[in-house]
Amino acid sequence: MRLFDRKKYTSIKVRKKDLPSGLWVKCPDCNEIVYKHEIDEGKGVCPKCAFHFQISSQERLALLINADTFQEWDADLASADPLQFTGQVSYAAKLVENRKKSALKDAVLCGQGQMGPFTVALGIMNFNFLGGSMGSVVGEKITRLFERALADRLPVIIVCATGGARMYEGLFSLMQMAKTSAAVARHGQAGLPFISVLTHPSTAGVMASFATLGDIIMAEPKALIGFAGPRVIKETTREDIPKGFQRSEFVLKHGLIDMIVQRKDMTSTLICLLGYMTPSAEANAQRPTPNAERPM
Amino acid sequence: MANHSLAFEKPIVELENKLQELRAFSEAQNIDVSAELVELEKKISETKRNIFQNLTPWDEVQLARHPQRPYTLDYVEAMCTDFIELHGDRHYADDQAMVGGFARLDNEPVMILGTQKGRDVKSNVARNFGMAYPEGYRKALRLMKLAAKHACPILTLIDTAGAFPGIGGEERHVAEAIAVNLRELFLLPVPIIVTIIGEGGSGGALGIGVGDRILILEHSYYSVISPEGCAAILWKDRAFASQAATALKLTSKDLFKAGLVDEIVPEPLGGAHTDPKAMAATLKQRLLTNLRELKAVPADVLLRQRYDKFRAMGVFETEAVGG
Ligand SMILES: [Zn+2]
Repeated sequence: MRLFDRKKYTSIKVRKKDLPSGLWVKCPDCNEIVYKHEIDEGKGVCPKCAFHFQISSQERLALLINADTFQEWDADLASADPLQFTGQVSYAAKLVENRKKSALKDAVLCGQGQMGPFTVALGIMNFNFLGGSMGSVVGEKITRLFERALADRLPVIIVCATGGARMYEGLFSLMQMAKTSAAVARHGQAGLPFISVLTHPSTAGVMASFATLGDIIMAEPKALIGFAGPRVIKETTREDIPKGFQRSEFVLKHGLIDMIVQRKDMTSTLICLLGYMTPSAEANAQRPTPNAERPM
Repeated sequence: MANHSLAFEKPIVELENKLQELRAFSEAQNIDVSAELVELEKKISETKRNIFQNLTPWDEVQLARHPQRPYTLDYVEAMCTDFIELHGDRHYADDQAMVGGFARLDNEPVMILGTQKGRDVKSNVARNFGMAYPEGYRKALRLMKLAAKHACPILTLIDTAGAFPGIGGEERHVAEAIAVNLRELFLLPVPIIVTIIGEGGSGGALGIGVGDRILILEHSYYSVISPEGCAAILWKDRAFASQAATALKLTSKDLFKAGLVDEIVPEPLGGAHTDPKAMAATLKQRLLTNLRELKAVPADVLLRQRYDKFRAMGVFETEAVGG
């Protein structure tokens, strides 16, 4: 039973061709047509069903980190093409296309910043760059994130958005799963906290490595979370996929994640958790600024 | 068991059949055909050599999946003594797609474990075609931790198309099971030798694939995605699997060249399935050699080297920022 009534919305049937492009978007979850401005105002959340749309790395950064405190790490790393992969489209061409499309060098942004009173090492994955896939660059940047956080005794927070490993890099990409997990192991052994934030979608290879190794795992509402894609499962097993399968609410019920957190509450929740998992805020604030010389 | 042969094996099989017919004929008729037999045998090995020198990556994938290829328990039986199989993950089930237990390799105690395929319909149902559920990975970790507790080196044998993609596996979080294995394998202070004996299918293979030495049998493959899966995504058609197999650089030679595996274990000419005994003997020797070397390394050094080994994997460029 609900104690308070939810705000009611009237939905109007609109045909797609009637929509002025760019002003309206169709919510992939509730299928309602929503005024884009309204979504942007609400931090990328559907006003009808609270589906959390993907947001850019910069928007995410602005939500999580105190203004002007972010220092990017390893911005110079760019993907190579170790296999000289050619399919119908070459990897080289895909990289050019995705750099242009996303204005990013690769699928993760890493660095250090202030989150409330805490200095944190932060990674933000971006699904817009080749489906947030983990190749050598993502693997290396995530590994360095943990290694620097270990050297500087910082907590790590990673916001995941990924379709898995980057197949254009073949086995090199699979090995990033091992490499990043090794770095998580060392960081964790030093008693330092790691919080994994799963956003829509978080699946496959990244989920089978650092993303599920958080001391705390939280997810935004209705995010797709899992290992194998629903299509692959259906093809392999011929089983009917249950409603809500692999969504945040489903994996919460099945015990994978600690909590579902609305985007608007994300930063305050993280700060609250860090309060339990790190030395006192004052101690953290008084900590000398990390030395410029860091081990690689 | 039916005799399966791959398309490119047909010329060899035909010649071998001819050889048998000729032998039978000579015995029945008491006619000396030894000259012809020698000639035919020569032709067989020439044909084999020709075919096996020109295998495509897709041929290699077929060999890795050969229904007569020796599986994990075949190697355990051929290489080890005193094998005691241990069961279950102590949480949910005993996943028969993952097998393991204590054994002796030339009297050396080891924990040997791996993914296990079935030979026929019935055993494949039980073994789930060698595709483990989360409980398989958790069972593997339990056994490996047990080994570490008793300073026992670990040998893993990998032959899987991948972790099983199913609703149950998702409900019990196969991704988490694999991830935890990856993390924990970097902390176990005993030698770990990983061998790809057939299919090295993606995360399901890597889940027992972190170790100090990575060996691969000559006609095995190890890949981030199956050629069919890759073809379905990039070519929109699984029929392009052979092109995908080439593009993925998944053969033992390609992986060795890329520095992603340490050793290629040579197979008998014609593949492991043509002489499983010889294959097992070769593998056993390689394992013993590596084991001897690793046992001489102090645990802290071993762990550091294991970290550094995987730490070095990856190829990228550094570009000027803003460039
Ligand atoms: Zn909606």
